[in-house]
Order: sequence, then structure tokens, then C-alpha cells
Amino acid sequence: MELILSSEEEKFRDEVREFVSTEVSEEIRRKTMTGFRLDKEDHESWQKKLYAKGWMAPGWPVEHGGTGWTPMQKHIFEEECAAAGAPPVIAFGVTMVAPVIMAFGNQEQKDYYLPRILRSDDWWCQGYSEPGSGSDLASLRTKAVLNGDHYIVNGQKTWTTMAQHANLMFCLVRTSDEGKRQEGISFLLIDMEQPGVTVQPIKTIDGSVEINNVFLEDVKVPVGNRIGEENKGWTYAKYLLGHERTSIAAVGRSKAQLKRLKTIASAEEQDGKSLIDDPTFREKIADIEISLLALESLVLRVLSDESAGKGPGPEASFLKIRGTEVQQGITELLIEAIGNYAHPFVPESMETGWNEDPIGPEYAASIAPHYFNWRKASIYGGSNEIQKNIIAKAVLGF
Amino acid sequence: MSFAFNEDQKLLAESVDRFILDDYSFEQRRRTIAMDGGFDKENWERFGALGWLALPIPEEFGGLGGSTVDVAVLLEGFGRGLVVEPYQSTIVLGAETIALAGSVDQKKSLLEKIAEGNKLISFAHTEPRSRFNLQHVELTATKDGESYKLNGEKAVVHNAETADLIIVSARTSGDIRDKDGITLFLVDPKTEGLEFRSYPTIDGLRASELSFDSVVVDSEQVLGDLNAGLNVLERVIDRASVLLCAEAAGAMDTAVKLTVDYIKNREQFGQPIGAFQVLQHRSVEMLGAKDFSRALTYRAAGLIDEGSPNDRARAVSAAKVEAGLGGKLIGQEGVQLHGGMGMTDDMAIGHFFKRLTMIDALFGNVDFHRRRFSQIS
Repeated sequence: MELILSSEEEKFRDEVREFVSTEVSEEIRRKTMTGFRLDKEDHESWQKKLYAKGWMAPGWPVEHGGTGWTPMQKHIFEEECAAAGAPPVIAFGVTMVAPVIMAFGNQEQKDYYLPRILRSDDWWCQGYSEPGSGSDLASLRTKAVLNGDHYIVNGQKTWTTMAQHANLMFCLVRTSDEGKRQEGISFLLIDMEQPGVTVQPIKTIDGSVEINNVFLEDVKVPVGNRIGEENKGWTYAKYLLGHERTSIAAVGRSKAQLKRLKTIASAEEQDGKSLIDDPTFREKIADIEISLLALESLVLRVLSDESAGKGPGPEASFLKIRGTEVQQGITELLIEAIGNYAHPFVPESMETGWNEDPIGPEYAASIAPHYFNWRKASIYGGSNEIQKNIIAKAVLGF
Repeated sequence: MSFAFNEDQKLLAESVDRFILDDYSFEQRRRTIAMDGGFDKENWERFGALGWLALPIPEEFGGLGGSTVDVAVLLEGFGRGLVVEPYQSTIVLGAETIALAGSVDQKKSLLEKIAEGNKLISFAHTEPRSRFNLQHVELTATKDGESYKLNGEKAVVHNAETADLIIVSARTSGDIRDKDGITLFLVDPKTEGLEFRSYPTIDGLRASELSFDSVVVDSEQVLGDLNAGLNVLERVIDRASVLLCAEAAGAMDTAVKLTVDYIKNREQFGQPIGAFQVLQHRSVEMLGAKDFSRALTYRAAGLIDEGSPNDRARAVSAAKVEAGLGGKLIGQEGVQLHGGMGMTDDMAIGHFFKRLTMIDALFGNVDFHRRRFSQIS
């Protein structure tokens, strides 16, 4: 599934390919390709290499440290990184909170946080969902009360991805109960390493612990850590959700996973032949490949609209829906491909330092856990049902 | 073919449902999984006392001589609570193979003990490269005087580490995927040269990889006719597949109920999310998938004791396809409708999803059985 590239784009692709092939270590490449767990250090060391190269924030304006690349270049970059087994850049800082700080933060906040994000000095997490506020996010109840030059924050956040690594959280809090629910929410940056912040891991059905509850008990947050105006946080959060929707489509990652699927289906035997020679299985791979091709085409269209100054419209929600369907579809075919070896569950074998022989083929260990883990994708970031509501309202005018 | 439960079956269904309700909660199951060997020996004794272990065993060997439909009723009940005790290994595969292929002496010495709960059996047929092909047997048994020497590997053998006896399929003649030349053996797990690598499965069971290095087995431990094991394997695994579908029907039933309960109670936007018609329709799809799968399963369970070999194979494959598709839909949608909560290990729905997924990956998945169905006329 090759893109048609101009000669400059080909040159660019070769440059990226050269960089990632030398800078992604063999160990990290092996981990990402077999679906084993990446440590905090694996992410950070890769992000620091990107920073040193000046490629940490392709989506940022040049004046803040962006690359000035065309949409096609950004797309090529993501694809090459995923193909080479580079760890995904953790989005919470560079693609989520940074655009909000740029658009609504004061000069001091920009000067302090943006360079730190580029250098991966901080690990950010997102404090949005609460036990009673998932799809209906505006009902959130974590309360921030102004007390002199500090807010005192009390409440609970949940599904907080990788909060166990984070030292900072961008957080939606209730600062007013008056008027519309959306008009009483503020956007705070909270230091996680202070009294009153408790992170409690949540084990998921695949046995992993990447999400957490975060309890906030009389947590002091300086007023200077509020982004923009009080009670305008909802607007900023919506801006964030509308920003860089193209990255959630994860085209590069899905292409790499599709390639992995084909490799595994070639290695798997069925009646003495390769599974990939089974016409039924081949056609199922083709279905996903076509679906991914359509996704990529829409991503490129949205990217080019963006560079022409048009913000991504609500149809960007399609990118989230189709993107997650493709990701989940690939995990389904992977679990089918390995047949009986979907059953064994040896989570230790996916951790750094495991050096016993695998149960069955090495590639099999992570496949069933990933299939179950990846069901999260149609739930998080605004569930796919919510995405459809957005399209129904904003595009179709219902 | 009767589509209604008889009185005995109704009583059995009530009794197993009562057991799940009273003594097999989600939390109890979690504790059971953590026990030595991955199941509760007291439960096993109870199954024996209740006559559940004796259910399909012929009357002349200490059993109750129950039909496949009878056992399906029991297993549907087990599915509602995701029972992890080794009923499939010991009774559905083990006792069934012995009853079908064993000599009178073998049946006499084993079946009554199995029915009483005093003997656990494991069934080692699948191999690392066999996928779902029953004819694919690479493990060899070579005649050596009055005994055989077994060499090779078996994969994902459930409940092997707790078994008193393992039924092993081996090639005594012919090529890797030949129909003829497969022979079944009863192997003592402590025999020299037999090594285990045991692990949990993702759906809360226990399994092992077995490697055989010149494992010596006496000729008297041959189970059934030499070189004619395939026919036995086909019949045993067909029945086990239907009974697995019955378990799936029970698991699907609970998964649908859990999901409907959840969306009736979970409030967002000032109302239960179950008030949204979109979610109501999706729940209806789930319920339908369960009902159709269950109906086809009992049809196959009825046919398997009476029908011709082709009828049997088609009925079984049809049921396994429907259970695979239904289980996938219900598992995925069950988690989706639970939202983030559905992803947590603390909620039951994810465990039903995992079991339903692994049921598809056992004894042939949807693709395998769709192909098999299409190839039998």
C-alpha cells in the first residue's frame, strides 16, 4: 500500500527512514514489534532523540519548535516511525496540552511548559473522566475552590492513562455550579508530586495496569496554573479534542500492525500450508487493508485542509471511528491467526528481563492480551457512540 | 427431536442454576482460580455427590447414562457462572473417550472412579502445528517389544498438571496428516520422559505444553483399536464442541443480562443510558445472537446421539459457527456498552468476554467450522 510521493517527499522519507533505523535500538524495536511492554525510559529515551533531531513536535508552529513540514511529510514521518518500531510519542504533553497552552496560556506558561514538553522533562496525564462523568463529561464534579492565590481541589479522576509515570496533570475542575454545566469548568495544571494526590492503579481485562484512579484531596493549585479564564475550561477542552484528530487515526501504527499480521499469517501453518494461503483469511486481511486505505485517504484530505487553514471539521470524528475499527479489526485477525496459542496467558513473558522460552511462537504471547486491551479504543477519547452523535448533530444537522 | 426439556432436565437446570447462584459468585470464582491446580476440589466432590460427574457415563459402569442434551443442560448452567472445574477434560473428553473406545477392563477400572470424583483425566491431542486439524498428529508411538515409545509434543492441554491419567493421541503409522494411523494411549503423567510446562490461560483455566522424550507406555494402555483413533477423536470432539456451545449459551446469557442491567442503571446526561434507543437495539441484537445460538446448540445436541455422521458433523459445525459469532458480538458489545467499566478486571463482563473468545479458539473457530459445514453435503 504505497503512497505516490514526489521526489522531494521520497528524499524526505529516506532521511526519516535512515534516522529511525539508526536511532531505534534493537531492543526497543523488538519490544514494539512483538507487543511487549515499553518502560517509561523506553519512551523518554526515544523522545529525547527526537528532540535532539528537532523532530519532537511536527505539529507545532515553527516559532515554538515545530518542523514546518507539509501534511504529507508529517504523515510520512508517522508511518516511518511506526514501521521501524519506534515507541509512540506520548500524546498527553506534545499533542494534547501543548496546543491548549499555545492558544490560551499566558506568556509565562508558554515560556515555562513548552520547552519542557519538547525536552520531555515532564510526563503529563489527562484528568478528564470521573466515575460519574464519562460520555457526559460536562457533569464532572471535581471541585476547585479559590482560596487566596490557590485553588483547593477535591474529587476523583478515573481512567487516567499512565498517571503512575506522570508528574503533571491537565485537569478539568468545577469552579462554578451556576448557569450551564459547561460554563462552570476550569482548566488547571496540577503537580502530581504533592500531598493529597493519590494514584491507584486499575487492572484491566488483559491483566495490564496502564490506567488509574487519581484521588485529589485538598490539593493546592496556584492560580497561576490555571489556563485562560476561570469557567472557560470547557471551551479549551473542546479545542483540544478538535486538535490533531488525525493522530488518533493511527494510520502508521495500523500499517505496521497489518504488516505484522501478514508475517504471522505466513508463519502459521494450516493443513501443512501457510495460513496466508487460505483464501478466506486472505480476504479478511484484504477487507482491513481496504478499510485502512480509505482511512489514510481521509486523513490526508483532513491534513491538507488543515494546512490550507481550514480547521478539522466534525467529520474528523470519522477518523476516530474508522481508526479504532481498523486497529481492533487487526487484533481480531491476529487472535484468529494464532489458533490454539491464543489461550496461554503468561504476562511476565511480555516484560523486560524475561528470558525463558516462549509458550508457542514468541509472537503469540501478546496477541490475546492486546485484543482484549484494544477494546478500549472504541471507548476512550469520546466513545465511538459519542463520535456518531457529534457527526449526526454537526454534519447532518439532526 | 424434542425441543422442550423433560422433567429431569428441568430439575437438573434448576439445580445447577442454584449452585451457581449460591456458591459460584464472581468473587468465589476468582478465589477458586487462585487455588492450587486452578480449581476447587470441594466443588469437584460436590459435583460427584450430585451425580453430575456420573451423568454421561453408561449405567453399566456406574454412571447415569445421560444423553448429550442432559449434559448440555448442565454445561449451559456452568457457562452462566464460568465454572473452571475440569469437567470438560475429565468427563466430556476423558470419560467419553474411555466409554467409546476402551476395553471392558479399562472401562471397569476407570469409569466408576471418574463418576465418583476419584480420578481426573486430561486429553492431549492438539499439537503446536496442528491448528484445528484433527488428523494432524506428529507425535509418534513406536512399538518396542511389549510396549510403545512416545516422542513428540502436545500443545495447550487443559488440566494436565492435575490429571491422574492423560489420554494421548499418537501416530503409529502413516504420514503427519493421514486419516489412518492414529492410536490413543492412556499415559501416567509421572512416566519418565514426560515433561510439563504449565501456565494459566487468559480465560482463567490451566493448561500445559507437554513434551514426550521416549516415554514408555505398555501395550495394555492402548485405548481402542490400533491405527483407528481418528474416528473416536471425531466423535468425542464433535460432542465436546456441542457441549462447549452449551457452555457458551450460558455465558452469553449472563453477559447479556449483566449488560442490560448495567445500562439500565448507569446514568449519563440525566438518564439511564439504556433509555437511548441505539443502545436498546444493540442489546436486542445481543439477545438474539444468544437465542439463535442456543437453539442451534440444542438441535445439534439432540442430533448427535441419533443422526447420521454427516448430519452430526453439519449440525455441530453450524452450532459452533453461531456460538463463535454470537460470543464475539456479545463479548465485544457487552464491554462496549459497559464503557470504561467494562475494561476493568473487577467487572464480570470482561471475564465472560474472554471465555467466549477462547471458546471460539477451541475445537475449531468460525472459519474452520464454516468450511467444514460447506464441505459436507
